[in-house]
Amino acid sequence: MMDNQYADTFKEEAYELLAELENSLLELEDRPDDPELIGRVFRVMHTIKGSGAMFGFDDIAAFTHQVETAFDRVRSGKLIVSRKMINLTLAARDQIKVMLDGAGQEGAVDAAVTGQLVAGFKELLNEDQAAAPPAETAMPQPSPSEPPGDENSATYRIRFKPALNVFANGTNPVALLNELRQLGDCRIVAQMGDVPVLGELDPESCYIFWDIILTTAAGLDAIKDVFIFVEDDCEIRIDTLDGDGNAEGGDEAYKKLGEILVERGDIAASDIDSALANQKRLGEMLVEKGMVTPTQVHSALLEQQQVKEVRQERRQKEERARAQEAGASIRVPAEKLDVLVNLVGELVTIQARMTQTAARREDAELISIAEEVERLTAELRDNALNIRMLPIGTTFNKFKRLVRDLSGELGKEIEMTTEGAETELDKTVIERLNDPMVHLIRNCIDHGIEKPEVREAAGKPRQGTVRLAAVHSGDSVMLTIEDDGAGLGREAILAKAVEKGLVAPNAELPDQEIYNLIFAPGFSTASKVTSVSGRGVGMDVVKRAIDALRGSITINSRPGQGTVISIRIPLTMAIIESLLVQIGEDRFLIPLSLVDECIELTRADVAAAHGRNMATVRGHLVPYIPLRQKFAIAGTVPDIEQVVITEVNGTRVGFVVDRVIGEHQTVIKSLGRAFKHVDSMSGATILGDGSVALILDIPQLVRSVEEVSLP
Amino acid sequence: MSKVIMTADDSASIRQMVAFTLKQSGYEVVQAVDGRDALQQLGGRKVDMLITDLNMPNLDGIGLIKGARALPACKFIPIIMLTTESQDTKKQEGKAAGATGWIVKPFKPEQLLAVVKKVLG
Repeated sequence: MMDNQYADTFKEEAYELLAELENSLLELEDRPDDPELIGRVFRVMHTIKGSGAMFGFDDIAAFTHQVETAFDRVRSGKLIVSRKMINLTLAARDQIKVMLDGAGQEGAVDAAVTGQLVAGFKELLNEDQAAAPPAETAMPQPSPSEPPGDENSATYRIRFKPALNVFANGTNPVALLNELRQLGDCRIVAQMGDVPVLGELDPESCYIFWDIILTTAAGLDAIKDVFIFVEDDCEIRIDTLDGDGNAEGGDEAYKKLGEILVERGDIAASDIDSALANQKRLGEMLVEKGMVTPTQVHSALLEQQQVKEVRQERRQKEERARAQEAGASIRVPAEKLDVLVNLVGELVTIQARMTQTAARREDAELISIAEEVERLTAELRDNALNIRMLPIGTTFNKFKRLVRDLSGELGKEIEMTTEGAETELDKTVIERLNDPMVHLIRNCIDHGIEKPEVREAAGKPRQGTVRLAAVHSGDSVMLTIEDDGAGLGREAILAKAVEKGLVAPNAELPDQEIYNLIFAPGFSTASKVTSVSGRGVGMDVVKRAIDALRGSITINSRPGQGTVISIRIPLTMAIIESLLVQIGEDRFLIPLSLVDECIELTRADVAAAHGRNMATVRGHLVPYIPLRQKFAIAGTVPDIEQVVITEVNGTRVGFVVDRVIGEHQTVIKSLGRAFKHVDSMSGATILGDGSVALILDIPQLVRSVEEVSLP
Repeated sequence: MSKVIMTADDSASIRQMVAFTLKQSGYEVVQAVDGRDALQQLGGRKVDMLITDLNMPNLDGIGLIKGARALPACKFIPIIMLTTESQDTKKQEGKAAGATGWIVKPFKPEQLLAVVKKVLG
């Protein structure tokens, strides 16, 4: 609202007008075609609308606009005053009074009544003119007295040729020129060629026109604003001579005099050419020949000079700015970064090959170069990947909105807190995390947090809390979604799992494993399907999405105290550290983040296990998967095999391979569409010697074996 | 000597706002409640600028502009009309009658001052 002082005056005035309106309307009922009365009603509406909008009574202005529209049509004879219209207008008058009384107080005005009345007037107009026409933006902005501080100044050539009768409208061209002067460095030349001889001169006409060269940072619109009142009846031409965009290579040289005159339309190009044949100073020659006036030449020369100066100055400024620009940031399209990361990936591959070759040749000099290249490549890789990193906080904000909307919908009071919004993750990873996170948060709100009454009964604060945290840990990021709700129903999950045949009826499972059962396909414990969650396609989809990101997800819960879901996500998807292993002639990669340890497996161990795929590691039994068998790789099994023990979702599982070669920087290449159905591989890479190695999808392999072993 | 600006408007709140804003910036302000009142006052005293509403009883803004332009003392003074967004045709009519420029309602005091400065120089 503008100012209370005016608002009070407006109210007083409006009350008076409304009283007058009432009388006029009642009179109008008796004499429905009295133009004087119709005009009076229209004016009242018009004043209330106009002044209302000025002093912040926007609702009144919008409402009155409808009434005004109706009476405008009456005034122009398109609508006839009916009894219905009088009734409606009287009701509208009362409503405006209610709006005035209730101004500034919440809920004092019944919006439904307003809506009905507006609908009534629309019906009356017999057309569904949507809303009021959009407000015009023709209001000239106050022109800045000094050009803004930025450096993006440009030079414009303006020709301002007022209409002969410009004075009749009270326009003072000198005021406009002065306004231009305030915009920036300005040179003005008055062109007086059109001034007639004294006898024919009309002192009330404007014969002069002006050429203006203006250098300003205010922009074209600011210049146009200067002429806003006269643009319709004056000749105004604004050309951009020299912006930052067309600095023409920073060349200080500017157009030649002849070119400028031709461009301005003061002379034809052919005239210039013929004049140039007699080499004298062009300006003098043109004037001598009477083709242009001395003032025109003077004006063009000024333009030349000003642009030259501006360019010179800009060059100096640019040089100064270049020194400071180092700290600034730039925006780069994502594809360019993808290309860069890909190239770095290729480089890493080639570098590995070079290191291998150097080692094989036993060439000390080459080895030292290879080591140098290796160090640089690693740095380059880290830097390139770092560019793609974004703080996860942007997604956090989206979730806040989600929590707000959903909790309202479900009648729950939930607050969301976030931690570690500045934690950085690869852009693609953040994007692909969005859907699973939304799902998990929805679950927290729908199943986790109880209704306020239930919480109070349980001795907890009415308001539930969902905590979202992100933290760096090694080469991965830990995301935690924690709620202080009811927790998972251990018995319900178990019963459901038995019902679905996921576990044996009498199985003894640790709590942790029971909770993780909810990630099994088709599992949903919600007894009631709500619009928010509980369609039974939930958690397994989440798990698959996390697996696809090479991450892991675990869930923990304490009855009555809440649930914690932890997600571990690798920092990047482009390059991973992995363990290179060999089976027969084939080589495979196991993501190092999943690897716990490696042990040997002898023939004797296998024999001792009596055909069960179990190894004893420091007194604990660890199940293993013989990959040679699983992938049907032919050849002889070495006497001593290796078991790479991984930990997936808290379960240790071994993978039997022939040989462990060592750590490997793996640039991940996708397998392509033809291999989409291959689910035990998550990708491939090119090794140093140019051969291809497949990256094992460890979680998927574990799952596939579990599915086979279950009934 | 400070310049004299006349504001002609049947709405007291607008008049008050215009007068207050202009006085604060050092202009002298004369108020008129409608077109007829304005024209009468213009006949008796010299003003440097006129700001007029278009919809007024007795004599509307267009009539006032025409009348003012016919007075020798007002022939070349800047005349600004206050219009609303729905009055584009009025704007043209006003210009034809001799208005210098316009301000679209609702407007802010800064906008008013910018326009005054623009036309008064």
